[in-house]
Amino acid sequence: MIAGSRFDVRTQMKINVDTDKCTGHGVCESIAPDVFEVGDDGIVHLLSTELTEAMRPTLESAVAECPTQALSLEG
Amino acid sequence: MSAPQPHLVVVGASLAGLRAVEAARRAGFDGTITLVGAEEHLPYDRPPLSKDFLTAVETPAAPTLRDEATLRDELGVSLRLGTPATALDTDERTVWLGHDPLRYTALVIATGATPRTMPGAAKLTGVHTLRRLDDARQIRAALDTGARTVVVGAGFIGSEVASSARQRGSAVTVVEAMPTPLARPVGEEMGIVLANMHERHGTTLRCGVGVESLEGTDRVEAVRLADGTRIEADLVVVGIGVAPTIEWLADSGLELGNGIECDKTLQTSAPGVYAAGDLASWPNPLFDTRMRLEHWTIAAEQGGVAARHAIDPANATGYATVPYFWSDWYGRRIQFVGVAAGTDEVRVVSGDIDSGSFLALYRHGDRLIGALGLEQRSQIMKYRLMIARGGSWSEALEFAAARNAASA
Repeated sequence: MIAGSRFDVRTQMKINVDTDKCTGHGVCESIAPDVFEVGDDGIVHLLSTELTEAMRPTLESAVAECPTQALSLEG
Repeated sequence: MSAPQPHLVVVGASLAGLRAVEAARRAGFDGTITLVGAEEHLPYDRPPLSKDFLTAVETPAAPTLRDEATLRDELGVSLRLGTPATALDTDERTVWLGHDPLRYTALVIATGATPRTMPGAAKLTGVHTLRRLDDARQIRAALDTGARTVVVGAGFIGSEVASSARQRGSAVTVVEAMPTPLARPVGEEMGIVLANMHERHGTTLRCGVGVESLEGTDRVEAVRLADGTRIEADLVVVGIGVAPTIEWLADSGLELGNGIECDKTLQTSAPGVYAAGDLASWPNPLFDTRMRLEHWTIAAEQGGVAARHAIDPANATGYATVPYFWSDWYGRRIQFVGVAAGTDEVRVVSGDIDSGSFLALYRHGDRLIGALGLEQRSQIMKYRLMIARGGSWSEALEFAAARNAASA
């Protein structure tokens, strides 16, 4: 795995939101408010797709603590 | 003597236990991992059991969190399901599964909690608690036949069951011994507000009266209340709280009290032994008090924290969190962040308590300590963040006013 090397700052990491599963708890927003926000439509929206390796542990927490398993991390 | 091969044992194969094994692998732990579960089932999600699992038109599949292949092949977990842990010997670093010893180098205890029940419940069919998948299947089967339902306890589980049973078309009565439901989790004032949702949706709510007895010979026929009222019932669901599942640790020497007493890193009184989830009591520095929380989110967080600390104790740090729980009644989402204990004032800052959508803030001194939202998905977590920062009451009120103005 060369492109997604763990310490590459220009990460290939990508967050996916399954909008069928998301019910807008917002736990992800409370963990990473710069990345996630629950909108008035009651589901979460991505505020930023510019993710860095330094954010990985935080994003992993957001995935693990989503009450509806609506988030996944790619790369 | 060479050091033993690293072996992380996680006792409890529900949410906290699953998140523990996942976190250990994410952290790079490449030793053996064994996940021990009392139930035969693969780790599954409990919140749906009182909600969608009961209301779905088609018989729903088990809300399994991870399939067996993922656990075995991707996470490299050895599964010991249907084998409850029976004892712990911390000197020998051994968990006993009946007569079967399991040696560990690091241990996470996540055996959760067990529902309290009531006298006479065990000998009558049609009387259930709701914690396990098997409970939910039986309750669902009763609702399939239009069971007249009595729910004992107007807490969150009881209220969700009542809501689901109403949605299925059953007649439902909720009986609560306390004068006000939910006083502990959300305070008396808001407990009354939430409880009013029951009557608005056709559920009868009786507060301040205890259950005298369950009537019936083999099958439950009625619930007799302390004031003499007799309520006919085909299904009785008892939701009067849970107790930490710690009996199996009675001879372990672990410090037990209100659950398992842990330090700020979730370590128990025994080295290398950590606890997570419903049974873990630990000092939460954000609120200067010991807490033991029975919330989904806390189990998910603590499972990960406990496992990371168990495999790398030298880098263990204090665990702080702002509690979060939710409950879904009659298609509406209740969310609470923070704490209600110690509240000096509750103020509704948005919406209307009679409208089915409102936000209330909780003050202690000059600090914001809690927020309750009914249908406030886009607002509530702003306050979880604010509480985590130690936000002031005036800051919270100004923020709420600004949000109201922006959406007006």
